[in-house]
Amino acid sequence: MLVASPRMGHVDILLGDLLERLGIEYMVPPKSSERTLALGSKHAPEFSCLPLKINIGNFIEALENGADTLIMAGGRGPCRFGYYAEVEKRILNEAGYEFEMVVVEPPSMGISKFLGPIKEASGKSSRKIIKALKESFPKAQAYDMLEKYVLQNRCYEVIPGSTTKAYKQAMDVLSNIKSTSEVEGYLREAISVVDEVDKDPSRDVLKIGIIGEFFILLEPFANFDIEEWLGSRGVYLERSVYVTDWIGPAGENPVGGASPSEIAELAKPYLSHAVGGEGLQSVGHTIHYARDGFDGVVHMFPFTCMPETIAKSILPRVARDIHIPIIHFTIDEQTGKAGIATRMEAFLDLLMSKKRARAGN
Amino acid sequence: MSEEKINNIGYLGVDVGSVSTNLVILDIDNKVVASVYRRTQGQPIQAVQRGLEELKDKLEADINILGVGTTGSARYLTGVIVGADTVKNEITAHAVAASHVAPNVRTVLEIGGQDSKIILLNDGVVVDFAMNTVCAAGTGSFLDHQSARLGIPIDQFGGHALKAKEGAQIAGRCSVFAESDMVHKQQVGYALEEIIFGLCQALVRNYLNNLAKGKDILNPIVFQGGVAANSGMKRAFEEGLNMEIIIPDHFNVMGAIGSALLAKETMMLDDRPTNFKGFDASLIDYKTSSFGCNGCENSCEIIKIQVEDEVLAKWGGRCGKWEVDQIHAQHVYKV
Repeated sequence: MLVASPRMGHVDILLGDLLERLGIEYMVPPKSSERTLALGSKHAPEFSCLPLKINIGNFIEALENGADTLIMAGGRGPCRFGYYAEVEKRILNEAGYEFEMVVVEPPSMGISKFLGPIKEASGKSSRKIIKALKESFPKAQAYDMLEKYVLQNRCYEVIPGSTTKAYKQAMDVLSNIKSTSEVEGYLREAISVVDEVDKDPSRDVLKIGIIGEFFILLEPFANFDIEEWLGSRGVYLERSVYVTDWIGPAGENPVGGASPSEIAELAKPYLSHAVGGEGLQSVGHTIHYARDGFDGVVHMFPFTCMPETIAKSILPRVARDIHIPIIHFTIDEQTGKAGIATRMEAFLDLLMSKKRARAGN
Repeated sequence: MSEEKINNIGYLGVDVGSVSTNLVILDIDNKVVASVYRRTQGQPIQAVQRGLEELKDKLEADINILGVGTTGSARYLTGVIVGADTVKNEITAHAVAASHVAPNVRTVLEIGGQDSKIILLNDGVVVDFAMNTVCAAGTGSFLDHQSARLGIPIDQFGGHALKAKEGAQIAGRCSVFAESDMVHKQQVGYALEEIIFGLCQALVRNYLNNLAKGKDILNPIVFQGGVAANSGMKRAFEEGLNMEIIIPDHFNVMGAIGSALLAKETMMLDDRPTNFKGFDASLIDYKTSSFGCNGCENSCEIIKIQVEDEVLAKWGGRCGKWEVDQIHAQHVYKV
């Protein structure tokens, strides 16, 4: 059995770690590319969202490289993501691909739907799987914390690209983590690698919060490397979504900074219930960033994404009430980098002149 | 275009868009000394080079260029060709130019060949903007296309539109449907003026319902971009908004004016000589080529611009490792 998963940010590293502990052979599909997207767009329905299209492209490229089993997350709620595993399986079957599909549902849908498929694939007992999860999760969190640190510090780099280079080395440091007791030490070492980058701490930077749909935010190919783009232009970043916040036990030390209940409370005057995906979080985090004195918010989501479309219709009111500029980007396979760059540059000019006006010069 | 001026120094602004290429020289008092508006025709380098020649021919005396700014979708390429001191996006450039001609401007309506923008300002600071490039139905290309179909040159559209009584109702959401609707209106016997004004109204409706949706359009309103040449569009906007619209004298080169003003601002702040390569840049033989980068799995296509053996710029990769440092350094935003 050779298992492959879709790509999304550094999720392949986290999943690889867990599957290795379970003795399952895991293959990382090629990085998402124009070819991946072309393959996905060819097979997926036109009005499905970009994550589905890229997932399908990843799966096809994995199957081409010899994978025979595909692993995919399930889910529930108003977001269509919950049935993507099933839809992807059918689309690939109809296209003539043969494989096994392992669908892991979130524990909230019943512990057997969560553990059952992993038990079957690994042949391990529930106790062993839970042990592996408990060891693997803190390591995954370390990756997220490192990423957060990079987002906050790239804006001060003196030599363009040096932080990204250091980030790669720092991730290699984290790959040494074997047990939970080693997490703290290696994380400190990884952070020190990033700290070695030549910085200009006197730089007065813009602060931007990035909100939106998790796949677009986590996958650099889907968001046109927006974090690196902004960071290298001297923008301090926070992001509303991290992998371990998304998959982890809700509310426990979120890497993103605010717990789901705090976020829901902040969003309440505008949206009082979950609308699927990250719709509620997008509204709540905007208020969270405004309170923290951020200069602006960047909202990114896939075209036809219902939860974020709801958030988008609410956010202009939030922006007016609490005076925080927000820019929205709807992304699909037709989106071009140049269009995003032009708007983003203008948005930075807007934030900069507001900041200057506030400073009174 | 030119005025008698004692001083002979100025700033150059170049705006290279998908449809038009505009160049402007401003004197020390920010007055337009000379301007050029020409079609890009898919060849931005040639358009800039011929534009520089044309601009030079229009000058009555030699002028010492102290700073150069570029904008438009080809702003980085153009920056390399002319030797820009500042490279800025067209949204900022248009806002700067509008608040120069109307210092208290609150709304800028800009419609170009392939995109349209709305920019809201307060006290000369941009507070909100939107830009549409997804669909051509809200842009100049829509009118261009219909004018070809009607056999009426686009520069005569305005005159016809002003003669219309109230305009024919034409569905403007999509340019393909608009066309079939227009054909239908012709076949049931609507007068040409009514159809032409109806097209202007359709474009304005599309603009206001999509781009300007949810935005507070306040006075004073400045309407600029190539499409502002069409007086039918001014009428359609005024009737649609029930507000007065200002069209600046140099409406079709506002991006270039903004760019020249930004160049002046940059050069006033930085004490350094301009990067301007001179009007003779029009004689240089620039070569562009591309190659695939094998640095990682992304396999990006990298564009290279060179003069003989000297490589002036490379770009196109996702990681930015090929990009010229000087362009990058300029874009670290500093407060």
